[in-house]
Amino acid sequence: MLNFYGKTFSSRLLIGSALYPSPAIMQGAIRASGANIVTVSLRREAAGGKTGDAFWSLIRELDVSVLPNTAGCRSVKEAVTTAKLARELFGTPWIKLEVIADNDTLQPDVVGLVEAAGILIKDGFEVFPYCTEDLGVAMRLVDAGCKVVMPWAAPIGSAKGITNRDALKLLRDRLPDITLVVDAGLGAPSHAAHALELGYDAVLLNTAIAKAADPIAMANAFRLGVEAGRTAYEAGLMEARDFASPSTPVIGTPFWHAVS
Amino acid sequence: MRVTINGEAREINASSVDALLRELEYEGTHFAIALNYDVLPKSRWAETPINSGDEIEIITPRQGG
Repeated sequence: MLNFYGKTFSSRLLIGSALYPSPAIMQGAIRASGANIVTVSLRREAAGGKTGDAFWSLIRELDVSVLPNTAGCRSVKEAVTTAKLARELFGTPWIKLEVIADNDTLQPDVVGLVEAAGILIKDGFEVFPYCTEDLGVAMRLVDAGCKVVMPWAAPIGSAKGITNRDALKLLRDRLPDITLVVDAGLGAPSHAAHALELGYDAVLLNTAIAKAADPIAMANAFRLGVEAGRTAYEAGLMEARDFASPSTPVIGTPFWHAVS
Repeated sequence: MRVTINGEAREINASSVDALLRELEYEGTHFAIALNYDVLPKSRWAETPINSGDEIEIITPRQGG
């Protein structure tokens, strides 16, 4: 079972709540994905407090755990305050911690991330850090107390899939006891399957589902991709090799004779 | 007095956080407040004074990835 800070979950797909064509399609896609955990954000309220209430009631109807994020935060101070607001608002110690270095690539500020993670963990938070695939950064996050590490596959919303497979595999090999989630950049169910085949514990998706022509059908496709990838990982994938190896028996081949 | 609310300079009359929410006609139930980058628990909204120059963030749940 997937384990986040001592809590177990049956679905290995975490889903975002943004960018859907309508609230009804958001709910339909979340249900079709089978996800137990939905990411949400916090934003300034300008409409008398009712916009937030309307969204929150949609999420409550789904009977899921929420994972608030610090999306858009550009400094440790902003991220830490946003995390504390999230704890107050959602009543959860969970925080998907994002500290962004660059607006165009949404590249994580890994230095600020490690600092913010340390501050929040000392304050009782259970941190889900959004990071790059760098092993050194992941180890620093683990040293700070993170039990979960969430490297990107590619930039958020890029749909490129896993662009640095070897580095992600190294993270899995070097951090066997940490829950690893591929957080960003997946575009197709095959990408999600790939992450699970590498031994990643889960994937976190938003844009690839929300921006599909039919988000509800795509959520179902990703659910199947995640299940296929995990099942394959547990079944044990064969190693790749450089030369052909016949699958049909050679012995008894008609007209066969040894070439000297 | 002059304060900053959600990044905008505003002239307000209210002297407590609770009164400010009434003055600004906030009617929702799910929001959180930070006063000068410190989160203010709901239980302290009534007793917490607002001073000139304060920075107030009023935050609600939104869609996120």
